Amino acid sequence: MPSDVEVTRRGFLKTGAALATTAFGFDLQPARAAARELKIARTTQTHSICPYCAVGCSVIIHTLGDRAKNVKSAVVHIEGDPASPVNRGTLCPKGISLKQFVVNDQRLTEPLYRAPGATAWKVIPWDEAIDKMARRIKDSRDRGFEAKDARGRTVNRLDNVAIIGGCTDTNEINYLLGKFRFSLGILTYENQARL
Amino acid sequence: MHTVAKLVDTSTCIGCKACEVACQEWNDQDFTISGFDGSYQTLPDLEHNFWNLIKFNELSREDGQMTWNMAKYQCMHCVDPGCLRSCPAPGAIFQQKDGIVDFNHDLCIGCGYCITGCPFDVPRLSPNSKKVYKCSLCSDRTAVGLEPACIKACPTNCLTFGTREDLIQIANARAGELKQDGHAGAGIYNPEGVGGTHVLYVLKDAADPESYGLPKDPKIPWTVSLWQGPVKWLGNLLFTGGILGAFFHYLRYGPKPTGDEEGSDA
Repeated sequence: MPSDVEVTRRGFLKTGAALATTAFGFDLQPARAAARELKIARTTQTHSICPYCAVGCSVIIHTLGDRAKNVKSAVVHIEGDPASPVNRGTLCPKGISLKQFVVNDQRLTEPLYRAPGATAWKVIPWDEAIDKMARRIKDSRDRGFEAKDARGRTVNRLDNVAIIGGCTDTNEINYLLGKFRFSLGILTYENQARL
Repeated sequence: MHTVAKLVDTSTCIGCKACEVACQEWNDQDFTISGFDGSYQTLPDLEHNFWNLIKFNELSREDGQMTWNMAKYQCMHCVDPGCLRSCPAPGAIFQQKDGIVDFNHDLCIGCGYCITGCPFDVPRLSPNSKKVYKCSLCSDRTAVGLEPACIKACPTNCLTFGTREDLIQIANARAGELKQDGHAGAGIYNPEGVGGTHVLYVLKDAADPESYGLPKDPKIPWTVSLWQGPVKWLGNLLFTGGILGAFFHYLRYGPKPTGDEEGSDA
């Protein structure tokens, strides 16, 4: 019968002490919590420029995935680039939300065309889009090119086409844009950085 | 060991809310759609998924013009945190050696005592997970030597991150500058009632922190001290005493006779 159970004094104290430290929360040693995982610990860093305003803040794009053949990379975080003298790591509220600009269902990924008079946009292939643009540039240039001005001086200029650049354009893009401009004779060019 | 801190220089905050967006983005939180209630403030209050709010406290100046006392509202990471004191789940709330007060949501039981215990009314209960959330001072970032997301984003240098000792010096120097600029009441906000905080403020009017939405003399509620102090120990004593009493009663008198042995013959 259970009433015959013998309990020694020493055994009782041991059991009691063990109970007290575990079951009743007497052990107030601060528990060590698991560290939060750093979500950019294993990301690839790509340096880029914020596309919004003319300030041109530098950003670091953190991409998850090691670019292996069978892996689809994903942008997980974008933050300011401390190496840039423009923003030194800071960003405005619009710039700091850039991840939503990159990872967004509503982002345009293919050219859209709306024919004159049409009400809806239509998806067209890149080749068709580039052909259409080239055709229009050529037609405009044929209409507006001016080889000599009213006083008979050679000017070779094109006044009905203009170029506007953006703050994210790199040196290389601007170099090519300059060549393109001079080759067509475009005089009017502007940059978003002056806005 | 040095502890880390945030410094909020309210005199240079322009209310751009970059810190709010940075916080949401870093912590992968959804954006809550809110109505317009006549204020420029993003939301009226903190939410379980919105840990960092710039309060647009509207005041009228002496010349009749309106002015804003901007204040960043988030967990203050108290030196003596009321949430930690009131938490009954061991390890759910903890204070790191660097001063950061963080939650371990695996251990949180969602009782909400920390909400009562917080003198700054910061923790928020999530209706989805039934657990409590708040600013972690980006303990994941600070652990690897990065600054918190809000600090990094701030474009006006209103926010600074560093050791608490350094920041108190910087804050006092900045308050001195403001005094020279004609803000005689400038000073720092580092309330002693909670042992100081790891989020420090430079206020243009340090005598009236309530105009910034900060409590004047925050203290851990006495109910929490009573509950987690004497009442807890008394409860533990009664609990242990009850079990011991039952145990000794068993040893002394044995099991309760059921009467079966006699009754079964009949």
